[in-house]
Amino acid sequence: MLPPLHSGTRSRQVGKERANALWNRNIVGQSGVVRMFRGTSLQAPITWCLCFKPKPKPKTNTTNMLPPLHSGTRSRQGYSTTVTNAMALVFEVLGRFNRARAARLTLPHHVCQTPLFMPVGTQGTIKGLTNSQLEDIGCQIILGNTYHLALRPTSELLDEVGGLHNFMNWQRGLLTDSGGFQMVSLLHLADITEKGVTFQSPVDGKPMLLTPEESIQIQNRIGADIIMALDDVVKTTITGPRVEEAMYRTLRWIDRCIAAHKRPHDQNLFGIVQGGLDPILRDICAKGLVDRNLPGYAIGGLSGGEDKNSFWRVVAQCTAALPEDKPRYVMGVGYPLDIVVCSALGADMYDCVYPTRTARFGTALIPEGVLKLKHKAMAEDTRPIDPTCPCMVCKNYTRAYIHCLVTKDAMGSQLLSYHNLYYMLQLSRNLHSSIVEGRFPEFVCDFLHKMVCSRKSPGP
Amino acid sequence: MQMKFMVKKACCSGGRAGALELGNCPKPIETPALLLSTRKGLPHFIAPDLLPSLPFPDSHLLQISPLHFLEGLASTTISKIGGLHQMLSLHQYGIAAVARDSIQCLPESKGATKLGPSFETPCGRLSVKPKDYVEMISCMRPNIWATLADEVPAWVSEKRNKTSVDRTVRWLDDCLALNPAAGSVFGAIVGGPNLDERKRCAVEVAKRNVSGYWIGGFGLGERIEERPALLSAIIDVLPDEKPRMISGLGLPEEILEGIDAGIDLFDSTYIYSLTLGGFALTFSLDKGGNQYDFQRCQVERDLTKINLRAKVYRKDMSPILGNCTCYTCQNHTKAYINHLFNVHEMLAQTLLEMEAIKDGRFKKFRMTFIESRRVHQETEAVCV
Ligand SMILES: [Zn+2]
Repeated sequence: MLPPLHSGTRSRQVGKERANALWNRNIVGQSGVVRMFRGTSLQAPITWCLCFKPKPKPKTNTTNMLPPLHSGTRSRQGYSTTVTNAMALVFEVLGRFNRARAARLTLPHHVCQTPLFMPVGTQGTIKGLTNSQLEDIGCQIILGNTYHLALRPTSELLDEVGGLHNFMNWQRGLLTDSGGFQMVSLLHLADITEKGVTFQSPVDGKPMLLTPEESIQIQNRIGADIIMALDDVVKTTITGPRVEEAMYRTLRWIDRCIAAHKRPHDQNLFGIVQGGLDPILRDICAKGLVDRNLPGYAIGGLSGGEDKNSFWRVVAQCTAALPEDKPRYVMGVGYPLDIVVCSALGADMYDCVYPTRTARFGTALIPEGVLKLKHKAMAEDTRPIDPTCPCMVCKNYTRAYIHCLVTKDAMGSQLLSYHNLYYMLQLSRNLHSSIVEGRFPEFVCDFLHKMVCSRKSPGP
Repeated sequence: MQMKFMVKKACCSGGRAGALELGNCPKPIETPALLLSTRKGLPHFIAPDLLPSLPFPDSHLLQISPLHFLEGLASTTISKIGGLHQMLSLHQYGIAAVARDSIQCLPESKGATKLGPSFETPCGRLSVKPKDYVEMISCMRPNIWATLADEVPAWVSEKRNKTSVDRTVRWLDDCLALNPAAGSVFGAIVGGPNLDERKRCAVEVAKRNVSGYWIGGFGLGERIEERPALLSAIIDVLPDEKPRMISGLGLPEEILEGIDAGIDLFDSTYIYSLTLGGFALTFSLDKGGNQYDFQRCQVERDLTKINLRAKVYRKDMSPILGNCTCYTCQNHTKAYINHLFNVHEMLAQTLLEMEAIKDGRFKKFRMTFIESRRVHQETEAVCV
């Protein structure tokens, strides 16, 4: 196991990046990673997720091989005598099924139940929905985008008015991303160097630099319960040395993030596991982050166009490598099926714009898959969107009426967003309770059965 | 679902306070009252589960344009669902159907023929015949519906204006002859800026078997000074015991004028246009009719409204109106709404519309009106 890296070792590390990679590949790869990885049936996590036949040998193998670090010495609050990182969360597992777990996650602003889905409120609001509506449908954490908030209303203003919680009058949990991913994906001229992410200011076109220190400083001002480390993201479709470079840079930047973090007692810094689709890189990154004893961990760089099997394989590997007593967050994942599978693989948190984005295009999420309300057939359909859904929209409106509103009127996407978010949050609640009540396999089978059956027949 | 109307208090100028009872509304609606303007049956930016947070019964009357539903929804489907109340899930709300809506569905006098009026809508120009209209109404089953009107702008010829009165009265007869089972009929009254035509129309409509009156043809280019005379010419020939509704008056002062003339129901397009522009109504009257001084800052505001897009509100962590009990004022600050406008978020409109409709404002308006009237009458009594 690697000793925790201190800031003093940083410069040395930068120079020896390539050598380190080689060393890691040889030593770590041969002794542990590869063997562990073969053990967990990497070909088809979906298959064993479906069958629910735990393979006892590899399972005990993985847990024995990677015991939760420091778990013996840490107190309930997450403090330990040996590791100085403060934490502002408590993560208590309430129930398990194989690798799936249901937990209580206590954040400074809210006590959450996992697995949980976080709607994305880019600008400090979620498409037309009010806070009371979000509370009504059981939203526990809202994700705010640091990049957008830093532009408007600016982090300085948020700091001045007592943080984003105060500004938007949201009493529950908030999470902010690092801003890096948004820049890389939204700005054409973004470039990543060792210093940080350079980009052209959308305001005046001048070159700007977002460093790990700056990202944390901005997020400290915004004041969310969970803040994310700045990472070097590459698309999973990219291969070769760039992936390795990004992974090691992510590891180097985490130390700069930790050092810059001024509010560890009320904000939780999550590290992000990178490494593309390469199991060895993923493992090095996960180990490196675990050594830093962070309050929680994210699995990043996924859902960027990779095939499902690679995606689930990476999630399976990362969740196995991350500590049992810390929350695990799969970034940018939001298709209902993905959430169910990832939860079966031991992930706890998700975020995605999919439910609200798809609502804007007139699509509703239903147990059978999706319902396209723009379709002509909906014009005379007097059933609710989902007859089994107890949400305000399904209780009150017909498909015909939503069809008449959809895409032309603001109210149409507002109502559909409401239902879609309700669907995602209800799915999270069902995952939680089915795990706690020991009927997770039945729930998953039922969930998959509905989706798969409807694919054979032409829609509901 | 029979409608009942009662005048509780009237004063010399013609202004009056009353109560409108609708079968499905749990409480009578006090008049003068504002009808919430809607798009396809729902308020523009307020999701239906937020409607109950608006004060009762002020905001329990909705104005709906049946023509909105021509965009993608057959009347027969609405009928199959069980009518508008059922489809919109607004079981306890009063629904008044008026073909025009002052926002997106405007009367187009040039397109009107003797067969029916024409409207400019987002899905093109629509001509509506009395028979089609009555069929729509029968499927939608509103509480109240206004008959079709040939609304013309103030600048048309005398002859055209006269024709509009003839047509409007004929269409009223056509509608009544079709004898729809649904809702209370409000006869449409037009006549443009011509006193005689207004009077002629009102007299004719008053002869018919209708439950109330809908006054159209305002807000179409007539001079503000002409209005009081036109309104009183109409009101003078209408029976007192039936409710009067008007479209096309927008500004608070115009509505006050309408109240003075004896109008009972108003549309609320002003709120919609304010909301779109980022304005919030801030006038609030105490019982004596005095305006509270809420803000020292005189930038970007007059005495009755403020523009929340203005930069001065960027850091303003106070609510729009200090003593307002609406959802928006209870929960959000000017700074947050300013931010939402800056990033073009729909929630800004939602919050503002709720703020505006929370008609503590309008109610106070009315209360002040009634009280100042009473004071006025008492003074008069003393003088006599
Ligand atoms: Zn629903």
